[in-house]
Amino acid sequence: MKRPTTGRSRHSGGPNVGRPGFAWALPATVFFALFAIVPLIGVAVMSFTSWSGLGSPEFNGLDNWNKLLSDKVMMQSLWLSALLTLLGVVIQTPLSILLGVWAAGQQKNRAVLSAIYFIPLLLSSAAVSVLWRALLDPNFGIPGQLAGIFGGDGNLLGSQAGAIAVLTFVGAWQFTPLHTLLYQGAARSVPPVLYQAAEIDGAGTMRTFFSITLPQLRNTIVTSGILMVVGGLTTFDTVLILTKGGPGTDTTITPYYMYRKAFQSFDFGVGSAIALVLVVIATAISLIMVRATGYDKMNSAQEGI
Amino acid sequence: MKPRPNYFAGAGSIIWLLIVLVPIYVMVTATIQTQQGYASAGPLSLPSSFTLDNFGALVTGGFLTYVWNTVIVTVSVVAIVVLVVPPLSYAVVRSRSRGISLIFRTFLLGLAIPAQAVIVPIFYLISVAGLYDSLIGIILPTAAFCLPICTLILTGSMRDITPELYETMAMDGATPMRSFFQLVLPLSKSGISTIIVFSALQAWNGFLFPLILTQSASTKVITLGLFDFQSQYGVNIPGLMAAVLLSMLPVLFVYLFARRALVQGLMGVGGK
Repeated sequence: MKRPTTGRSRHSGGPNVGRPGFAWALPATVFFALFAIVPLIGVAVMSFTSWSGLGSPEFNGLDNWNKLLSDKVMMQSLWLSALLTLLGVVIQTPLSILLGVWAAGQQKNRAVLSAIYFIPLLLSSAAVSVLWRALLDPNFGIPGQLAGIFGGDGNLLGSQAGAIAVLTFVGAWQFTPLHTLLYQGAARSVPPVLYQAAEIDGAGTMRTFFSITLPQLRNTIVTSGILMVVGGLTTFDTVLILTKGGPGTDTTITPYYMYRKAFQSFDFGVGSAIALVLVVIATAISLIMVRATGYDKMNSAQEGI
Repeated sequence: MKPRPNYFAGAGSIIWLLIVLVPIYVMVTATIQTQQGYASAGPLSLPSSFTLDNFGALVTGGFLTYVWNTVIVTVSVVAIVVLVVPPLSYAVVRSRSRGISLIFRTFLLGLAIPAQAVIVPIFYLISVAGLYDSLIGIILPTAAFCLPICTLILTGSMRDITPELYETMAMDGATPMRSFFQLVLPLSKSGISTIIVFSALQAWNGFLFPLILTQSASTKVITLGLFDFQSQYGVNIPGLMAAVLLSMLPVLFVYLFARRALVQGLMGVGGK
């Protein structure tokens, strides 16, 4: 944030001798283009075709889009995705800021404890989902055992509210450690001078947190927020394994619906259209968050530090 | 500065500790019990029986093939990432070309491209290329989707090399190639180990690409094995838990040794 952000190439003088050329970027770029950029264009094209997996895709105009517009499950899935994403952000953000700031402090045993915190990060979504499904099993799981004490039938995944609560909880269990790490890193790089000044001014823990720590974390809140939103909108493995979109279509979120349409009903055209909706929404939200906070400018200001 | 106790955050962290540890405790104790023993004792109690049969059943059930496939996928993905990301990051950090800055922006935007979004065209691409149901078919897209985050991590680490060092090398007449091998690579060792750990984790835990791009038992990876196992033997909870534990043991092992690299890399994404 010390130097002007634009025109880096013109302002920072010096010869171009000894600087790497375009060829250095080529292998990664070609590779990435082939598997990410070309498919991204491909998904847009395929959303106007019908393809069942055999033969070649055939152009069918706006058919897929018309189908989706009148598809109740699709509309429900968008609403469910939005709900799960929002719940994820609302629960994980305060929790991970709290844990991150704590882990950045100087308490005893902090290293050991924070090593344990991050264990969920090591498990695959598949492992996490299988683990929690077993833990929540209505007959042999924890709810069954607690139901004897607290009442209830112990079948959390049997109702929509229960299934959504489980998905939110499992998502938080798996991803809070990641965001905690981000906040821990950011909290550590807050200049100590600010805290010393606060101490001299006699600010308490709360005051210091809200006047210094939180404002200093704003970049990280944006990064972490984008990761949560994109992650939430694209949750898939967890739903496939924990609820299979059920009960009924009660947790059929958009990515899972895309999978069902494309890879179970072999309607790849409609699947592509759903995927395109996902890309547009995820990208739009990321861009809005980045622009609204001026984060892109802050980010490029880091060059040369 | 003297450490000031923050009781509120401390209490929160203890609660979080329990939320993490209780499931882990249930998982570990379940794996060493018989199915009947687990059912009668209940998940939260002390084990009432002891057996290692759950692990034996995994070995005879072909789980080791899945482990081996996952190892091949992981090693290959890491190899690709290590081959293409350092040159790109070097170019991003040192080049003044607008083209390369555009490429970097595209990669950053790529962070937001979810794999699900492009899975249909990738399925088409892999089928047309004749790579469907092969490990290579999983390796290529998995590696490609590691690139944005790894590039972000490594450029962050390479920016820490002071410009004076490059300028000294350039004054001595060093070519970009020499600067890369004699200056950039040695000084970004920690960044490179981070992207190794990171891409290995992604490849080891990958689910969507294997789910869509393979079908035979001979190309199955661990995560798919878990998924199948759960659909087939959903009530054999000790068996399932043993599979979950086995799937994370190698990662846990790496984590014990490479925790610093992993943590620093993750922090680099959101920190600074």
